[in-house]
Amino acid sequence: MSEYIIEMLGITKYFPGIIANDNITLQLKKGEIHALLGENGAGKSTLMSILFGLYKPEKGEIRKNGERVSIKNPNEATDLGIGMVHQHFKLVDVFTVLDNIILGSESTSFGFLKKAKARKRVKELSEKYGLSVDLDAKIEDITVGMQQRVEILKMLYRENEIFIFDEPTAVLTPEEIKKLMNTMKNLRAEGKSILFITHKLDEIMEVSDRVTVLRKGKYIGTVNTRDTDKDELCSMMVGRSVELKVKKDKANPGEAVLQVVGMSVRSRLHKDKLAVKNVSFKVHRGEILSLAGIDGNGQTELVGGITGLDRISEGRVFVFEEDITDLSIRRRNTDFLSHIPEDRHKHGLVLDFPLMDNIVLQRYFEPEFQKRGFIDKEKVRAYAERLIEKYDVRCAEGTQTVTRSMSGGNQQKAVIAREFDRGRPLIIAVQPTRGLDVGAIEYIHSQLVKKRDEGHAVLLVSLELDEVLNLSDRIIVIHEGSIAGEFDPESTSPEELGLYMAGTKKGGNADA
Amino acid sequence: MLNRKALSPLLKNDGVKSLCASLLSIFLGLFTGCIIIFIVCLADDEITLKSGLDAAKLILLGVFAKGRDAAGSLAFGLGGTNIGNLLFRATPIIMTGLSVTFAFKTGLFNIGASGQYLIGTAACLTVALSLPEALPSIIRWLLAFLCALAAGALWGSVPGFLKARFKINEVLSSIMTNWIAANLVTRIFENSSLRNTVQSGKIGYIMPTSMKGVATAKLGLDRIFSSSQINGGIIVAIIFAVIIYIVLFKTTFGFENRACGSNLHAAEYAGINSKRRTVLSMAIAGALSGGGAALYYLSGDTEFFWSTYQSLPAEGFNGIPVALLASNNPLGVIFTACFMSSLGVAGQQLKDLTAYNEYVADIIIAVIVYLSAFSAVIGQLIFAKRKREREAVK
Repeated sequence: MSEYIIEMLGITKYFPGIIANDNITLQLKKGEIHALLGENGAGKSTLMSILFGLYKPEKGEIRKNGERVSIKNPNEATDLGIGMVHQHFKLVDVFTVLDNIILGSESTSFGFLKKAKARKRVKELSEKYGLSVDLDAKIEDITVGMQQRVEILKMLYRENEIFIFDEPTAVLTPEEIKKLMNTMKNLRAEGKSILFITHKLDEIMEVSDRVTVLRKGKYIGTVNTRDTDKDELCSMMVGRSVELKVKKDKANPGEAVLQVVGMSVRSRLHKDKLAVKNVSFKVHRGEILSLAGIDGNGQTELVGGITGLDRISEGRVFVFEEDITDLSIRRRNTDFLSHIPEDRHKHGLVLDFPLMDNIVLQRYFEPEFQKRGFIDKEKVRAYAERLIEKYDVRCAEGTQTVTRSMSGGNQQKAVIAREFDRGRPLIIAVQPTRGLDVGAIEYIHSQLVKKRDEGHAVLLVSLELDEVLNLSDRIIVIHEGSIAGEFDPESTSPEELGLYMAGTKKGGNADA
Repeated sequence: MLNRKALSPLLKNDGVKSLCASLLSIFLGLFTGCIIIFIVCLADDEITLKSGLDAAKLILLGVFAKGRDAAGSLAFGLGGTNIGNLLFRATPIIMTGLSVTFAFKTGLFNIGASGQYLIGTAACLTVALSLPEALPSIIRWLLAFLCALAAGALWGSVPGFLKARFKINEVLSSIMTNWIAANLVTRIFENSSLRNTVQSGKIGYIMPTSMKGVATAKLGLDRIFSSSQINGGIIVAIIFAVIIYIVLFKTTFGFENRACGSNLHAAEYAGINSKRRTVLSMAIAGALSGGGAALYYLSGDTEFFWSTYQSLPAEGFNGIPVALLASNNPLGVIFTACFMSSLGVAGQQLKDLTAYNEYVADIIIAVIVYLSAFSAVIGQLIFAKRKREREAVK
């Protein structure tokens, strides 16, 4: 019997244009938590998709308990006892928790479900592993954290031995992350083997036994967690040493640039509900104000209200004393604000346009770029070239590169170049580093601090607490559309913020 | 066929790709057409194999057919008549093709070209035939043309407005406006004095405009393409294609339209008023269709069958494959429209010179329409293969 429950040996997988996995080896011991660390595009997902039977590798083999197996589709992976908690849960929203858990492996007699028996087993499992769920609640009504527990119970119900967690903490609050870490430890104690995909170093240090690092599709190495530290892991992942903490001086806030007074905005999804409820705050010149919160607590609509993408149902928005509440998006763009949107593909870029057209997306009509309605391509090109150079946007065919063909990081850089260069007094950055690798994150953070120091007012909306704590001069937490509290990053902790984000505590004001 | 290579410098890489896809779907369409010809030949005892071969030749080279020689075999050669007729028939579908293209670039599917075409027909005929003959005929022609543009614009802007204001899908409302137009136009002409009561048996038609002295100038084209229907309309259509190309790709107006068409959310983020764009774009699309009708019916000797409440003009719908085959490039539309009308000419030759009827040509058009819908996919296939090959070389 082999020491390893699962081995992936010499896995190589090509995609048109790239080698996603280049001779990668991953060996999972029975009863260990094995972290798989790498930046975006390092090949983690590809490797896991191969293990789950979604892709067929060009080279290499997979062994279970030392015996060679072939996994041609997810069903065969399930038969081998491999289960996966995807980043985006695969649950039926309108079914109950119990229905979701037994879905696909229902036990029946004469075609009728034997739910009572299933319920008993699920209950036993949830008690044994400390996974509290409400079996009769519908998925759409329960929290993200509980949904994840449902996914874990699903795997336990199917008696899986090997658990793959794909970036499980991205959607959780600090409190829920702690619970998840405990669950993972419980699973390990019961002899389950866990593969934990992540790029968060703290979590790796806390919970894993060994770490395998991938970089740009290549296998970098496997280390014992207790023999390493965050800095070493980080340089293994990125290929150079990285400043994990942003360097910045104390803020020197000036006059108020943005003033939001009693703003309410309807929800984009449910028009009859308010997503933002009577919110008031200010952002000053020379400061970074962070809006922290769990995804879907009204951040999108709040930003929409300020930028004009959403209609405000009540309240006013001022920039420099000027009421912009009823101004068009165009006027807000030209005179008041730069906006790095939450979703660069949806709002930030016209992906099928060449890069240069995206660079002037809000400026093509300015006298600088047009004459009597005709766009002056040469001037647009010259301007785009300057920005590409200045912000180091990598693009294969220069200004003519079709934006869709660029990497996510460079697309984001293009958006940032455009918005920073427009240099309006208020900069709204919504999840500016989402999906980017450590190098790009470092760069964008330093640029935001630079803009702050140049005297812009920066409103940062982020789901990453690390980012919020690192960058901001003040933090406000939003929960269910209301401001739950204001905090000083120097004197607060992720745990404290987490309590407010989850709505457990309200109305705190650490500054007051 | 006309020289398509002239286009490539304008089309750049993606253009070449879609050109290949379009050519491939045309080729496959013609190939399928020939297969159909032979199947019909085998199934029908009265059609000899020789006749089948002749028909296949006509499908491929119908435009160059010059009838049968003394020995009874088909003669081919560069003749002005067929090409002239081809260009004349291409004129309205260049315009409807542009109409579909323009809307498409703004992210709208203008399936309402037929209705706009009908309204344009009614407007231009009414104006051309009703204005006092004291006015110079060139002025009457011009007024009739402008009214057709305006009427088409009005008709096109209805679905545009419904989409912008009430978020009603433009495809649904365009289908409605098509049939409203068909019935409205029939109603307008039902007891009209503009019906052709002069010639016997022509009461079902509206008077040709030449009866009132209005006809599109020939501009000497009839001398190049002798005894054909061609007139200056084709020049007007080509000028429109060039204008639409310039507007779409060189102006801020076109930039805004294309931004809306390519990513509505990003366009709104950039401060573009997408609702205004929607109405404007549909109005322009409507004007183009209406103008197409005017270029066809103001030619002087074309007759409009006014009892149209049960059918919609094919010119409107043919705009869709014309635009698709041209990958929504306004200059490409000129050539794809000519191709479509060349099939029409081939169908006519098929009827005149063989035992087949012109419906075989319609089947081939239908096959090409289907394939042109796939042309994007075909393009991807070509491209993906080339990319893989490059990868393998590495």
